[in-house]
Amino acid sequence: MKKRRVIPVVLLKNGSLVQSVQFSSYLNLGNPVWAVKRLSEWASDELIYLDITTDNDYDTGREDLGHVKRRTFLEIIADVSKVTFMPITVGGRIRSLDDIRQRLSLGADKISINTVAFDDPAFIARAAGRFGSQCIVVSIDYKDVNGVKRVMVEGGRRDTGMHPVDWARQVEARGAGEILLNSVDRDGMKCGYDIETIAAVCASVKIPVIAQGGVGCWEHFEEALRSTAVDAVAAANVFQHTDQSVYYAKQHLYEAQHNVRAPSLISL
Amino acid sequence: MNATARACVLDYGSGNVRSVANLLEYLRVEHVVSNSESSIEHATHLVLPGVGAFGAAMDMIRTRIPLPAVEAAVHENRKPFLGICVGMQVLAESGEEFGSHQGLGWIPGTVRRLHDHGLPIPQVGWNEVRTTSAAGLLGEYQTTDFYFVHSFVFEAADKANVVGTTTYGETFASIVRRDNVVGVQFHPEKSQKAGMLLLANFLRL
Repeated sequence: MKKRRVIPVVLLKNGSLVQSVQFSSYLNLGNPVWAVKRLSEWASDELIYLDITTDNDYDTGREDLGHVKRRTFLEIIADVSKVTFMPITVGGRIRSLDDIRQRLSLGADKISINTVAFDDPAFIARAAGRFGSQCIVVSIDYKDVNGVKRVMVEGGRRDTGMHPVDWARQVEARGAGEILLNSVDRDGMKCGYDIETIAAVCASVKIPVIAQGGVGCWEHFEEALRSTAVDAVAAANVFQHTDQSVYYAKQHLYEAQHNVRAPSLISL
Repeated sequence: MNATARACVLDYGSGNVRSVANLLEYLRVEHVVSNSESSIEHATHLVLPGVGAFGAAMDMIRTRIPLPAVEAAVHENRKPFLGICVGMQVLAESGEEFGSHQGLGWIPGTVRRLHDHGLPIPQVGWNEVRTTSAAGLLGEYQTTDFYFVHSFVFEAADKANVVGTTTYGETFASIVRRDNVVGVQFHPEKSQKAGMLLLANFLRL
C-alpha cells in the first residue's frame, strides 16, 4: 500500500533558515546548510523548501563574525540536491514557466506555486501541461476573516475573498497534482492542525492534500492522519529544535500503526 | 561499495540523470555521464535513467545513444544494465503511451497504463516492493519502500522475469530482471537508503 508521508518544511528568508509565526514574525535560525543536514536524515519522506524572501537581499552574511556566507535560494537548492536522495519540492517567488524549468533543472522534483496560480489560474494548466501534473503543487494559505476562511496570497498579505474549498476544487480542475494547505492563523502557534478545514478540503478533491500549520507535538500529526484523508502531514518549526526530530516523529507514528514508512529499517 | 565498478550513465536527456549521478558520486562509485562508445566499452555497469513518455524516450534514445554499442555491451559482454522508470519500460517490446511504440525488446512484454481503480494516476509516492529471493537486489530485505512516479506499468510476458512486485489498486511488476538486464519502475535515486542499497547491489552484479 502507498504510504502517507511526513514532510519537513524548510523556510528560507534571504538565504537564512527562519522560523515563522503567523507569517509575520521571523526568528533567524542561521545557516541553512546545517538544517539541510539535520532534515536530510533518512526518516523524512520528502522535503519542501519555501523561499519567503520579499526582497533580493540574499548576501547579508557576516563573514567577520565567522558566519558562512549566505547564498541565493537557487544555490542552496543545487547544493541540497547533491546530498538529498528524496523528493524535493521547491516554492516561493515562482512567476514563470522558466522559473519552474530552472528549479527542476537544479534538482527539484516538484515546484509549489501560490500567488501566480491565483492571479493567473491558466498558469496552472500551462505548467502542468509542460512539466506534468505530478510536479505542480499549488500551495493554499488561508486565514480566518470574521469567522470565514479566506485564501490569502502574497505571503499571507492579500485576501482573495475565496474559500479554500472552492479554490482547491479549481486548482484540481486546472491540473494541479497536489495541494499544500496551510493555516496562517496556526502558523508557529503549536496548537495543532485546523482539522475541520483540512477534512473539508480533502473531501472536495481527489488529488493528495498536504496539511501544514500548527504542529506542536507528534500527537498533532496523528490527529490529522486519523481524522482526515490527508496524504501527507507537514511541519516546519517543530522539527527545528531537536536533533533527529523527524526520526522521532516517524517512529512515534510508525509504532502507533499509522500507514507511514518505517523510520530506519535499512542499515548500509 | 564495489571498488572496481565503473558505471556509465546513459543520457538521452531525461531529467533524473543528474540525481542518479549525484547518488553514484555520494556512493563514491567511479562513473561517467556519457553516451560515447568508448565510455560504454570502458564501463562495467550501464545505467539508463528515464522520465516522461515511452515514445518520446525511445525516439531520443535512438537519436542520442549508440544502441549497437550498448547492445554489444549488454548481450555479448554481459555487462549488468539497470533501467530506471521509463528506462525500465523501454526494455519491453512495445509501449502504448500516446500511441503504440516499439521498445528495445530485451525483456519480453508490453507497457500499458495502470488500470483505473479509483486511485489517482500517476501514482506518486512511497510504496512497498516485495521481492522474490531470486532478485538479490535488496539484500536481506523482502519488502522495502521505494519512491514511485508513474502512470504506466511493465506487463512481462514471462512471469519469471518479474522479481519484484508492488500493489497500487492492482499488483504490477516493480522490478524486472532477465539475466544481466534489470529494470526498476521506481526511482532509486529518490528512495534514500533503499535506493542506495539497490544501486550498491546492482553494482555488485
